[in-house]
Amino acid sequence: MIDEDEVSSPVSPPVRLSAEQELTLRRIEQFLYYEARLQDLHAYDDWEALWADDAVYWIPANGDNTDPETQMSIIYDNRSRIGIRVKQLKTGKRHTQTPRSQLARIIANIEFVGQNGNEFDVRANSFIHEESLRGPATWAARNEYRLRLVDGAFKLVRKKVVLVNNNKPIYTLSFLV
Amino acid sequence: MQATPTAIPASRPRPDYGSLVQINRIHSSLYYDEQIYREEVERIWHKTWVYVGHTSEVPKRNDYVIKSIGPTPVLLVHNRHGEISLLQNKCPHRGNLLCAYQKGNRSSFTCPYHAWTFANSGELTGLAFADGYEGVDKSQFSLGKVPRIGIYRGFVFGSFATDGPSLEEHLGDARRALDQLLENSPEGELDLTAGFLQHRTQANWKFMVENETDGYHPGSVHSSIFQVASSPVPGLYKPESVALTRDYGNGHTEFDLRPAWRKAGKPMYWFNTSEERLPDYTQAMRKAYGPERARQIMIDGSPHIMIFPNLFIAEIQMFVIQPVSVNESIQHVTALQFKGAPDFNRRLRQQTMGSVGPAGFLLADDTEMYERNHRGAMINNPEWIVLTRGEKRETRDADGHRIGHSTDEVPQRGIWRHYLKLMTE
Repeated sequence: MIDEDEVSSPVSPPVRLSAEQELTLRRIEQFLYYEARLQDLHAYDDWEALWADDAVYWIPANGDNTDPETQMSIIYDNRSRIGIRVKQLKTGKRHTQTPRSQLARIIANIEFVGQNGNEFDVRANSFIHEESLRGPATWAARNEYRLRLVDGAFKLVRKKVVLVNNNKPIYTLSFLV
Repeated sequence: MQATPTAIPASRPRPDYGSLVQINRIHSSLYYDEQIYREEVERIWHKTWVYVGHTSEVPKRNDYVIKSIGPTPVLLVHNRHGEISLLQNKCPHRGNLLCAYQKGNRSSFTCPYHAWTFANSGELTGLAFADGYEGVDKSQFSLGKVPRIGIYRGFVFGSFATDGPSLEEHLGDARRALDQLLENSPEGELDLTAGFLQHRTQANWKFMVENETDGYHPGSVHSSIFQVASSPVPGLYKPESVALTRDYGNGHTEFDLRPAWRKAGKPMYWFNTSEERLPDYTQAMRKAYGPERARQIMIDGSPHIMIFPNLFIAEIQMFVIQPVSVNESIQHVTALQFKGAPDFNRRLRQQTMGSVGPAGFLLADDTEMYERNHRGAMINNPEWIVLTRGEKRETRDADGHRIGHSTDEVPQRGIWRHYLKLMTE
């Protein structure tokens, strides 16, 4: 159920891309597919290395835009906590991931939203099939990214994962999403 | 999450609970048997006092939020007369679900099916096309009310039984833990404003209740996070710990961590921090309670108590356990927020978000165990699970409550003792 006062955000029209941005979008797509592959295959160190030092990894609860500074989120990690998350997975004693989830995800609707210097705002949808001891589960999310181009490679500065059912009871979410 | 039907008549004679619940030996079928679950809904969830919500969740007149009593949804309303009440979310005309939103602010509810309108205090105030209802007594069609509501210092409980023990009798000495909790606020009050995460769990609700005060599991279930993040918590659940388990009776159980925190003797050590790092909070506490008492409160910390059957205060966060069916439950969880403590509250939220919910460093692993507990219960040999840990060293405190070492199964035996009483009385 949703709150009665929940309002929908305005939908912005698509951005008109320059020729250079068209090329950047292709590189962004490759980066997001790579991130998806690292997550699906539990390549924890390589995934952690994608994050910038000032990174924020956010999975809100109870809506698209609940304030993470006052409201509960499913994940609201700074860079240090992303590190703890990865370290815990790597102990081999993170029971919810021993055995690991088996995963395949589709990243689609990749959209170039804006550019500020060497930083790019991007949206994408993800659809994930998970198999675990419990059985199959599917996850659907609208993702928002801020990527920074540093020495020719992208870093994740911000990743927001809006699960479509984030206001409902959801199963354990212990793989990288 | 919607309730599942529970009023299906029993298909076979009532189980012999006395033989299934032997206190230190429990039959696995208690976790997966459909008939037992239906009887639990009738005899526990729809009869005893069940925690519903907190008054700070409906602070303004006409605020409402959908909560539950067991599998049944209820509206927690701060009504137009300024009273806190619990209404059933069902139109008395044709039974339609009345309110489809999670929360909001309104003085009346209109059923979308035939537009019957009800005051948020329950009375029918308007009928569409009243000509077909000549001479009708509108007072016959009020919203269903939860017959009994009890509020202890902001904690709202409901009971579907029209009579029975009072809330005070039900809580007994477990009230002290709630008092201890509220002392952590300079204003003596909670302010639950951070919203709830809902963790869907494919397991029987009792696995959760039993685990909340199981001090034997942290060393293994949580070894991964203990290994990578430093905290005084692991030490509480080791053989040399001086922390205690306690059975308050009526199914309420706790870890009494105060002996361990007093041994350390450092304010806010229980929260893995210090007074210096929370200067505003420390100052507010000293002002409210005086320096000596404030120091003691901040050494003793926040309680760890499971109020039967569904309210779990885990030092920094609060869980509400909701059964949905015999093999599915929801863990609702939010950060505790203390009135008058903004700097402390911020850290409580951060710590809570790291620890609990579907992606939590702690609760994702607990929940993995619940789901494996349930699958294990359905394997038929051995039929029994064993709760004998610490049986021989169980003693009584000055008030006559059973106590044991922090890793002993004193709480689990206490929970089953009460369960047996409820299921057979």
